[in-house]
Amino acid sequence: MATSLIRGVTGWINAHPLMSFVVFFSVFPLWLPSTALATQILIFGLFALGFNLLYGYTGILSFGHAAYYGLGAYGTGIALAKLGLGSIWLGLACGLAAALVGGVIIGFFCLRRRGIYFAMLTLAFAQLLYFIGFHLADLTGGDDGLRGIPQLRVGLPGFSVSIESSFAFYYFSFVLVALAVAGLTRILGSPFGAILRAIRENSERAAACGYDISRAKLLSFVFSAMFTGLAGSLDALRLTVVPIESLYWTTSGQVVIMTLLGGAGTFLGPFVGAAAFLALEYRLSLITESWPLVIGVIFSAFVLFLPKGIWGTLTGGRHGHQSA
Amino acid sequence: MLDIPLSVLAAQVFTGLVLGMIFVLLAIGLSLIFGLMTVVNFAHGSFYMLGAYFGFFLLGFTKSFWAALFLAPLMVGCLGLLIERFLIRRLYGRSPDDPLLLTFGLSLILIETVRLVWGKIGLTLSPPPLLAKAVNLGFMVFPTYRLFVLGATIVVLIGLWLFLERTNVGLIIRAGSRDALMVRALGIDLGRIWLLVFGIGSALAGLAGILAGPMRGVYAEMGVNVVIESFVVVVVGGMGSLVGAIVAGVLLGQVVGLTTFFAPKLTEISIFVVMAVVLLVRPSGLFGETGLME
Repeated sequence: MATSLIRGVTGWINAHPLMSFVVFFSVFPLWLPSTALATQILIFGLFALGFNLLYGYTGILSFGHAAYYGLGAYGTGIALAKLGLGSIWLGLACGLAAALVGGVIIGFFCLRRRGIYFAMLTLAFAQLLYFIGFHLADLTGGDDGLRGIPQLRVGLPGFSVSIESSFAFYYFSFVLVALAVAGLTRILGSPFGAILRAIRENSERAAACGYDISRAKLLSFVFSAMFTGLAGSLDALRLTVVPIESLYWTTSGQVVIMTLLGGAGTFLGPFVGAAAFLALEYRLSLITESWPLVIGVIFSAFVLFLPKGIWGTLTGGRHGHQSA
Repeated sequence: MLDIPLSVLAAQVFTGLVLGMIFVLLAIGLSLIFGLMTVVNFAHGSFYMLGAYFGFFLLGFTKSFWAALFLAPLMVGCLGLLIERFLIRRLYGRSPDDPLLLTFGLSLILIETVRLVWGKIGLTLSPPPLLAKAVNLGFMVFPTYRLFVLGATIVVLIGLWLFLERTNVGLIIRAGSRDALMVRALGIDLGRIWLLVFGIGSALAGLAGILAGPMRGVYAEMGVNVVIESFVVVVVGGMGSLVGAIVAGVLLGQVVGLTTFFAPKLTEISIFVVMAVVLLVRPSGLFGETGLME
């Protein structure tokens, strides 16, 4: 009885992901005690959503998504803090453009190899960007991070809104993330989305059906990089700082953990995973300095025993990636 | 040309060679495990780190560097055996990404555990008094310990080569990485071979860790960049190729050594540039076979 009720509710949510997202997150900060945490969940959920497009839906595992997250963050940060562009939209556009260019170049190199090679190559390229960011201190602030990013008023036709209060910033992020979620439902619902799933299930068969799978994979990679880049841009605006760690491998690891906790290959799993991870981090870091140890144990247990993740298990979904 | 005394340059080349030996030890373990089991062991860097920490512990316990040098890789190898037998083995038959994800989780656990046990501050691992000095080679003066690392690695490599090329088990390992299904069809239990290879690979990483400890310092995160570096070595050399791992390890040791000398800011970036070039020109690596084990 209880199970069928859960299945019924989760089934409805899965059938209407965009509406469910909007309904849930439009009231989220009203009952969550910390608006800061709500915003973080929203932004990291978007990060995991972008990662999931590549891992969960196309079946290719990237271990270097810190690269696009960092490119988005630094792109926006440098545009607003160093170049002094006067519009938040231009700042966001610069972040997206940086992630796009990075995605095209790194994707071109990494997609030359498949499988586990690919995962490690993406990690290597992300580390390369980290070291570049570290040494280009004039531009990026190096080890100290990039500071002084202004939270400019959001200019809209006819009026402008301040996003300096944490509540206003949440809803500013909410609108952008909702647009991204809408965009992703369109991508996944299109024939192109079907090709991606075909590649995940069996890339040889997809190729034999006449689809240009290299192009589809690169396109998926670049889309994924752009969703990730938008998350990075928003996080730069949220913190008004870009720490150098945003390019570090730990950031790539975080998004892998979030997505697997939530459920790879499910649409809303990334948000569930981001919420679970951040809530755990928030609680555990109050108790012990060794909280990554607990996260490591939980993550390993999920890989071994619960590969569908929280949301995937609740909705009876399938493990995101099965083809070799 | 730059005006650099030959002895300084020679010392730099030698330093790069010793670093290359560490790369080779790490890359061979990674490549053996991948070649046979198509598992990328993300915890390889943590095994390297554990080698150094176990070495530090054993040195304090036995007061003998030689005992530590022998026992630390053995302990890491045993841990590798346990991890393969009880954790990674459960994932065979699932997506090849899953062992990578699991070993990533394990590396988080190992790093944090080491921080808990030995603290967050790095440790100093001293070479034994016998090796703490420097020798005059005629054209340059070089630390004895680094010469020892060079010699020890060469001995281990010869031993490994003899094992793989001259023993029955070595034959099965080589056959298994060519065609596991065929080897199984001949009635050979590959599960035990996998266990053994995972143990050997882990022990080699542990050996690299204790050897590198006195040169590069001992700290909990020491393995993180190393796993990426050794993967770059494997990509450049060609996955599954032992000769490739050796050549690429030595080559990248030189690249790092010489950029440290001529352009220190580019040190960390240099190996990735080499990797990108190799991927463009020869995607399967210098000694890799196209399409093998993807």
